[in-house]
Amino acid sequence: MHIDWAALGSVFGVSLVVTVALVGLFTLGIVGLSKREEASTRGDSVALATTGAYMCFALCAAAVAYGISLIMA
Amino acid sequence: MENFSLILAIVVVTALAFDFTNGFHDTANAMATTISTGAMKPKVAVAMSAVLNLVGAFLSIEVANTISKGLVDESGIQPEVIFAALVGAILWNLVTWLVGLPSSSSHALMGGLIGATIASAGLGAVHGDVLVTKVLIPAVAAPLVAGVAAMFATRLTYKLGQHTSEKASGKGYRAGQIASAGLVSLAHGTNDAQKTMGIITLALVAGGTLAPDSDPPVWVIVSAGIAIALGTYLGGWRIIRTMGKGLTDLQPQQGFAAQTSAATVILASSHLGFSLSTTHSVSGAVMGAGLGRKGGVVRWSTATRMFVAWGLTLPAAALVAALAEWVTAFGTWGTAAVAVFLVGSSAAIWVVSRREVVDHTNVNDAATDEPAGVVTTAMAAVAPPPAGAAAEDLAATIPAPAAATEATANPSAPTPAV
Repeated sequence: MHIDWAALGSVFGVSLVVTVALVGLFTLGIVGLSKREEASTRGDSVALATTGAYMCFALCAAAVAYGISLIMA
Repeated sequence: MENFSLILAIVVVTALAFDFTNGFHDTANAMATTISTGAMKPKVAVAMSAVLNLVGAFLSIEVANTISKGLVDESGIQPEVIFAALVGAILWNLVTWLVGLPSSSSHALMGGLIGATIASAGLGAVHGDVLVTKVLIPAVAAPLVAGVAAMFATRLTYKLGQHTSEKASGKGYRAGQIASAGLVSLAHGTNDAQKTMGIITLALVAGGTLAPDSDPPVWVIVSAGIAIALGTYLGGWRIIRTMGKGLTDLQPQQGFAAQTSAATVILASSHLGFSLSTTHSVSGAVMGAGLGRKGGVVRWSTATRMFVAWGLTLPAAALVAALAEWVTAFGTWGTAAVAVFLVGSSAAIWVVSRREVVDHTNVNDAATDEPAGVVTTAMAAVAPPPAGAAAEDLAATIPAPAAATEATANPSAPTPAV
């Protein structure tokens, strides 16, 4: 009986890393949006927080697009 | 299609019926967390999932040329065997839906194929080693992988996001959940609608209507996609309630972490060549997310019943399919009898389900007060009672009744505040 432990191991590793990275990235985006609100109520510049937040969301969107390409393959 | 025999027509209709049960059985996989956290209204959520399932059915042209992944010897498989396998799979899907337990539709189908094959060709036609590598190991690995990933992701998102404003996080997590639930729906449509296409194509080839190795006709693709989408739209509300509310209480952060973990595991596993069941991955992810939040609890009594159902899926579907195959072997009237039995028991299950209706209006109510039907009681009886030490430990942290047997034996047991 041949059990492909290597494939199972890589599924485990990839799933863990990708999930944690994506959720972390997305949460950072939310933190950025939240910071932007705080900054705008204080009257400070919102450029940095906005850019950071949208960078994070863009990376998440790219991951979703890659996921769709995997489904179509 | 001039020689479209009666048995072939029956197989096609039954395969589409299986596809339909597959759709409403698995709506929970994509949408349970989204519905229970309030990210989407129930009806809107199932509508979106249905559309994405339909789209998914057309996305990939690579149709599974094997329905059992080498589990049984498919050379010379008769349409009657496929029919018997489908009967077993459909009935198991309906029974688990009735008691509101998520279980793998693929396992039900594989179980049906194993049972029907053993009844028609003997034990030798089943490949035992494939059973271990393609069914047993993935069944254990899927919830572990998805659960561990979801647990760490949940911890991380609570830690990073603890100082965010309510408004930004509410909107953000809703969008995140919808995106990952959409991915799961899309992947489900591609994988599971293709399974039905594969079955129908195999039956058409076996019946001599199609040349071997030909692609499925357009009507097969269209009808399989529509059947799974309709089933999804109907919504398996009982299973959604168990998955979204019964296993643990999900907050938006947890729902997002769980659904992202499930989507990642499903795509990574199918891409890396070690397919894991969608249902098992999502259930594991939900439990992992429950463990990842401080003060979060997993209701192990519900989880235990779910695990028991997973263990029973293959043998139960196999047993029904073997009986069905044995009866169809008596000839045309046998096949007719099995068809009547399938329709009759499906109707009976539906009638029983009307005693306590679960739909989009009460899907988010507590799932712990589900009726103790015959099967629930049977499953509870089979469930191993927790060891003494474990029971004390559980009682200390979990407000739910410690064992499934207690819950059914004593319906007035205190239900946890939800």
